[in-house]
Formats: sequence, structure tokens, C-alpha cells
Amino acid sequence: MANGSARHIGDVMLKVDGISLSFGGVKALTDVSFSVREHEILAIIGPNGAGKSSMLNCINGVYHPQQGSITFRGETRTQMRPHQAARQGMARTFQNIALFKGMTVLDNIMTGRNLKMRTNFLLQALYWGPAQREELAHRRKVEEIIDFLQIQHIRKTPVGRLPYGLQKRVELARALAAEPTMLLLDEPMAGMNVEEKQDMCRFVLDVNDEFGTTIILIEHDMGVVMDISDRVVVLDYGKKIGEGTPDEVRANKAVIDAYLGVAH
Amino acid sequence: MTPADADTFPGLLLEHARSRPDRPAVREKDFGIWQTWSWSQAAREVRALACGLAAMGFRRGDNLAIIGDNRPRLYWAMAAAQCLGGVPVPLYQDAIADEMVYVLDNAEIRFAVVEDQEQVDKLLEVRDRYPGVEHIIYDDPRGLRHYEQDFISSYEEVQGLGRVHDEEHPEFFMGEVEVGRPDDVAIMLYTSGTTGKPKGVCQTHESLIFAARGGCGFDQLGPEDEVLSYLPMAWVGDNLFSYAQALVAGFTINCPESAETVMIDMREIGPTFFFAPPRIFENLLTQVMIRMEDASALKRALFRYFMEVARRCGAEILDRKGGVGAGDRLLYALGELFIYGPLRNVLGMSRIRVAYTAGAAIGPDLFRFYRSIGVNLKQLYGATETCAYVCLQPDGGVKLDTVGKAAPGVEVRIAGNGEVLVRSTAMLKEYYKRPDATAESIDGEGYFHTGDAGFFDKDGHLKIIDRAKDVGQLRGGGMFAPNYIENKLKFFQYIREAVAFGHDRDEVCAFINIDLAAVGNWAERRGLPYSGYVDLAGKPEVYGLIQECVEKVNAELAQDPALSHSQVHRFLVLHKELDPDDDELTRTRKVRRGFIAEKYRVLIDALYAGRQSQRIETQVKFEDGRTGVVKADVQIREARTFAPDQLRKAG
Repeated sequence: MANGSARHIGDVMLKVDGISLSFGGVKALTDVSFSVREHEILAIIGPNGAGKSSMLNCINGVYHPQQGSITFRGETRTQMRPHQAARQGMARTFQNIALFKGMTVLDNIMTGRNLKMRTNFLLQALYWGPAQREELAHRRKVEEIIDFLQIQHIRKTPVGRLPYGLQKRVELARALAAEPTMLLLDEPMAGMNVEEKQDMCRFVLDVNDEFGTTIILIEHDMGVVMDISDRVVVLDYGKKIGEGTPDEVRANKAVIDAYLGVAH
Repeated sequence: MTPADADTFPGLLLEHARSRPDRPAVREKDFGIWQTWSWSQAAREVRALACGLAAMGFRRGDNLAIIGDNRPRLYWAMAAAQCLGGVPVPLYQDAIADEMVYVLDNAEIRFAVVEDQEQVDKLLEVRDRYPGVEHIIYDDPRGLRHYEQDFISSYEEVQGLGRVHDEEHPEFFMGEVEVGRPDDVAIMLYTSGTTGKPKGVCQTHESLIFAARGGCGFDQLGPEDEVLSYLPMAWVGDNLFSYAQALVAGFTINCPESAETVMIDMREIGPTFFFAPPRIFENLLTQVMIRMEDASALKRALFRYFMEVARRCGAEILDRKGGVGAGDRLLYALGELFIYGPLRNVLGMSRIRVAYTAGAAIGPDLFRFYRSIGVNLKQLYGATETCAYVCLQPDGGVKLDTVGKAAPGVEVRIAGNGEVLVRSTAMLKEYYKRPDATAESIDGEGYFHTGDAGFFDKDGHLKIIDRAKDVGQLRGGGMFAPNYIENKLKFFQYIREAVAFGHDRDEVCAFINIDLAAVGNWAERRGLPYSGYVDLAGKPEVYGLIQECVEKVNAELAQDPALSHSQVHRFLVLHKELDPDDDELTRTRKVRRGFIAEKYRVLIDALYAGRQSQRIETQVKFEDGRTGVVKADVQIREARTFAPDQLRKAG
């Protein structure tokens, strides 16, 4: 499906080079390198504790790796903060949903526009002049995302009252509100039932297809990974043990051993 | 000329565009905002599309398939086809691809206007079985960018072609409209077909406009009214209420944002004229009741108290009947302030002047509930073949178990076998390509045979009991009206569907489908864990609950001498929900009794053999089109029956 579209995979957008990250004596990542091309869907898989989320956290600047470098759109950096990553066009969702539970879906998604707001908060509070015009423009964009992810019926519902699968979708909506060029999804389908997973897969593919967004996703469900990703990176104990197309990875001996165990 | 003189739909549309160009014709909620099109804008949209279709080769007499949710553009496509002397053929948007093949083939569809990718995919999927579709025109481009087939075009492209065509041939459009005659076929609606293949019912401009004028006059519908267009476009009711009446009366139709937002949109619009099948009224009430149970003790007490007041005098006050004491009037006014008004507001029914229900029998509690809180809910009776226009209940003359008096201009007669016969202008011209079926259903005197069994009560109100062909006989000779029994069962909120068997049998037995929301909620309140429908349906506690319902029905049936022998002796709760996707219900959710009897023959045999339980495996179709198997041991219970004299003693 992903390969059937006319989407054009471009040049390298993100290059991760020799990343090592440790917390005290625990080595979370050891000398991991890979690259992500523009418009691509890349999956990072691996058993629990393999360092997948740590990798994502390094990419968007939550963690600072002790060694190695990350090059994003031609800019190499060792130390970066999450808000810088966001400014550069990265948005993400979290393994444990991180929404404002008491706020409505609409307000939650509006927060995703925060970086795009130009008027100052005083004008915004007064909802006057340029602030009003700006808010209307942002609202339009948010409505497009609501339409895109088909969540019109819950627009005014507080997030806390929604079922888990829909909360995940709202989180994706908020990430999309920042109009990212790169989207990091940390287990977008965890804990979902089959139908919700199918919906989410379709939305991830649609986002990639319609907006050309580059996507890095962490996922446990192998069916999902193999179906929607262009390439897969496999981590185990903080090391990269495989990389390639879903078919190549599926046939990779080291990967099979890591996932299914080895007979000793 | 005024809209009152126009005798075709294009004529009506252009007349509104001329005489009241800036009044709202259509609204649609899009990107969170209600977008409005005036009559003149709507007429321009229709003109551009019609010219575009003509430029692509659509000719007088061609049929145009229309598939999708209620969208302004799809309504305009209907009008565009009519302008060109073509016939719009709306299809049920939730039909699976296989079901569409027959209609596409039967109607020889060359052009289709569809809503979105989902519908385009369906048409592509059946191309090997029906290759006749030459042009697919879609409304929503999402996901369709990479479709490179040259026979797929966007609505805008076609309108663009149309504008060019219109400039080159400025006389063309009006010329085509003027050729149209009132007795041309205006629309073809396929009947859901409880038996056999669907039949295309051809309705003319004249018949639909007659039905629409009759209805608008009957309920004084005018240009200021608002309706919510949310029922399937393929259904005759939507065609009458959202299209024919809107064009006759010039009122505004409002298209909801999506199927899930209908109730939210209804609150925002506050329609003044509303139609819904009983199922929707029931769902709304269930939601209210569930939310009420979670409310604070004070609110619950207020609700209970004032609902009791409403039950006592609400319907009488709505009908402006006398005999309501000053005390009750005062209490009702208080109730209006605290409960009924806010409740109507929550339901989106604050502005409703007229609400109708039809299509199935409505439960007495349900019907009384809405009327008692001041919603003027009435019943009507009609069929696809009669433009949904046969009987209407007049304001102030509403009865629970009848469908009202013959509508203006309609003659109704009861045949010797109890079948309801109808004659009026609002009648089908023919069944498409089925002269045999046409001859069978319209007799020499011009009466349409509805297939329903009924009679007039002493006030001249028609009462429908059942489908004439479904009325059977018990082996003992008594009348067996399965629908009547099923409806009585379905009036309980816990029972979603019921199927009664008894023709040529000694006694009546029934299948029950529980209502997952209502029974699920009931179970939760009792701390009864369950994993899903199958599990819940098999719980002994649930069987106990359903048994109570069945026995109450039996007690009611026992009171009617003609029906007392058709009490339900044994029943079972089905392990799966009856579903249109499995062909067990029609798309309008009518039970297909014969099909079900065949499919679940083991269960029926077990019921009549007096067994305690029966193992069964059933194939099911999931929403995504995959199939699976549901296995279960279905329990069978006996229900208490009552002898008529026994009751009298007890009473």
C-alpha cells in the first residue's frame, strides 16, 4: 500500500551517526547509526528495553547522547532541546498519552499551533485585532486536521472522557497541528483493538501520503510494521542488529533470534 | 409564475432561485462551520453540473447513480440529472459492493456521482461484474489523488466542463429544462426487497410533487422551516422530506457534518420539521435515561416527579384538549421550565413543530414520552410506491396504535383479505423493466396493493397489523401475526430485535436479540461482568430479564381474544446480533424472517423439540468485509403463558 502511491522518496533528511547513550552504568544505546529519507516511513522495532524510546528521545532532544551526532536537514548538533526540535519541524506523540485531559479535543489540538502563533499572549487574551484574525486562521487549520482524522463528532468533548483509541488519534492530531516535516510516533497503536489499529494505520499512511510527512514510528505489532513501513531498523540491547525493507528484516537471522529466542 | 405553479423539480428550483434568490436553500457543516448556499447559488451549482454531465455524454433518459451520505452536492446531482431529463438513482451508501452490482446492472448505470474514495473503490471493485460505468464523479477528493483512471473525475472538473459548455451553448440548459414534463420519471428508488431482488420504483415529478404539496399543506410547512437531512438518500422518506418538500415549500435543508455528528448538528440547527424512524427516537430516549441514572439524586427526583406530571397531562396539553385541572397545568408549566424545555433542548427538539415517525411500529411508552414533553410526534404510513404518502395523523388527532387518516387526495380501501389498497396521484408509474410486477401490484381500478394487512377503526383511522403475506395461521386455526408480536417485544428497551415463528405450528416461539447498550448498562449496574455480546446474551440473569419481558407480552396478548393463542411459549436469546451485512435484516432494518428461519433451522428445531440448549456455529461478516465464525451454546427457556380467564380471575 505504502509503496503503491506516487509519493517520491527524497534525500536523506535525518542522519543518526554513532549514537551512544548511557544512564550511569546502564548503556541504553551503543553506537547506533541510521538515516531517514524524506517522505519515508521508518519503523524502529525491538524487544522491550531495546532502546527504542531512548532513540526517539535523542532525536528530538529530550536526551543528550554522550557520543555521536544527529544531522537533521543539514544541521548537525550534539546538544539540542525539544523546543528547538519542534521549531525545526519535528512533532511527536507519546507512548503514554500526554494530552490535557480536562480540555476539549479542539483546545488540545489548538495547543499544537502554539509555535505558529505570532501575536503576543496579551492580545490573544483580549482576542482582539490581529490576534482574532490569527486565531481564526489557526482554527481553520485545526478544523482541516479534525476533518482529516475524522474526529468531528468529538470536537467539543473533553479528552478525558474519550476511549483510549480516540485519545491516541487526538494526540496525532495535535502533533499534526504543528505542520511537522517529521513526525515521531511512539507506539501509536499500543493497546488498541484490531479495528482501531486499522484506522490508525490508514491515518498514518494518509498523513504520509497527503502531507508528505516523514514518519519514524516505534511499534510492537509486527503486522502493522511490515504493512506500513518502507524501512525497518531493529534494535536489541541498545545495538542496531538489522536494517532494511520489511522483507529483508523478516529474513534476517539476528532479528529472528532476538525476537523468537535462540536454542542454546 | 410562482413555485406553486411549477410542475417539475427543475422548474421549482429555478423558480425559487428567481423569486427568492438570497434565501438559504442548503446548509452543510464543514470545517466546523455551517456553510450556506442560497437558492440562486444552488441553481448555479446545478446548472454547471448538468451542463458538465451533458458535455460528458449524459443524455435524456439516462440513469444517474448517486451514492453517499447526505451532501449538498449529491442533492444537486439529483437536480442536475432531472434538468437533463435523466433519472437519479440513489443507492444505499452503506451497501457492500456486491449488493450494488444488481442495481447498477438493472438500471444500466453509465454515470455515477459519489461522495468519496470509499464509494469509488466499491464501483472499481465490481467493474469486472458490471463494466458499464463510464464516468465516476466524486465529491471529496481525499485519498483519490493517485487514481489515474481517466473515467474518474472530480465534481469541480465536471462543473468546469459544464461552465465552458454553458458559455458555448447558452440556450442548452433552459432548453433541456423546458422539455421536461410532469409525467417524466423524476427518480428511481430501489425497494429494499424483503423477498427477491430489489425493484426500481419509478416516480414521476407529478406524483412526488403531489405528495409533497399534500404533506406541506397538511402540516403548514413553509419557507421558514428547517429540516435535518440525515436519512439515506436512497430511501423514499428522505426524497420526500429533504428534496420534494424542500423544493415545494422552499425550506432549508441542513446536511450534518458526518454520520456520527448527527445529534450534535441537530442541536445546533434545531429543526422545525423532523422525521426519524422509531429506532432513532428510541436511541435518543435510551441515552437520556442512561445519563439520567448518572445524575444527582435531586435531579433524578425532579425528573421522575415531572415526568409523572407529563405522563398525566402532557399529551392532553399538547393537543389543547380540555379536562386538565388548573393544578396540573401549573405543575406542567413548572416542569416545562425545569425539565421538558431543557430536555427538548438537549435532544435538539426545541423548535420542532411537527415530527413524524414511520417505517416500524413505535412503542407506546416511547411515543407517549415525546408527546408528553411537548414534541408533536405523529405517525404516518406510506411506501416507496406511494411516495411515503398514504395516511397522516392530524394535529390533535393522534392515536398510539393507528397511522391516522387518509392523506388529502388519497383513497384507501381494505380488500376482502384485509390488505390495504391505495389510489392517488402520488403513486409509482411502474417498476423499472418489470411490467409483470407492475401489473401484479396495481389492479384494474388503479389501486396499489400495499401488501400490508390492516383495518379502519371506528374513527376512520387506519390500523396496520402486519404484512399481509406474513399473517399466518397456527395449527389450531388461530391468526398468527408475527410482526405484531415482534413489535410488542421490541417495545422493551432491552430487546433490539425479535423474530417470531408459529405459522403451521402448534404454538409460537421466538428469537430475541438483546440491545447491547441497554442490557450492558443494566448488567454494569448489577456488577455483572461480561466480555461482549455473545457472553452477555448467554447469561442466565439476562435470560431472566428477557423472560419477564416475554411474559408481559404474553399477558397483553391474552387480553385480546383474537390473539391470545399466539402467546410466546419458548424463546431463546440469539448468540449474534442480526445484521444487514449478513442478509438477516434489510438495509432499513426489517427482519427477513424466511432467511433467518432457514439459516437458524437448528435453533428452530430445538425450540419446537423442547430442548434445553443447542450448539450452533454461524458465519458472520465483519464491517471490513472479512468473515468469521461465531460459536455458542444457545439456551432455550420456557415462558409462562396466560389463559384469558385466568387473568380475569387475577384481576
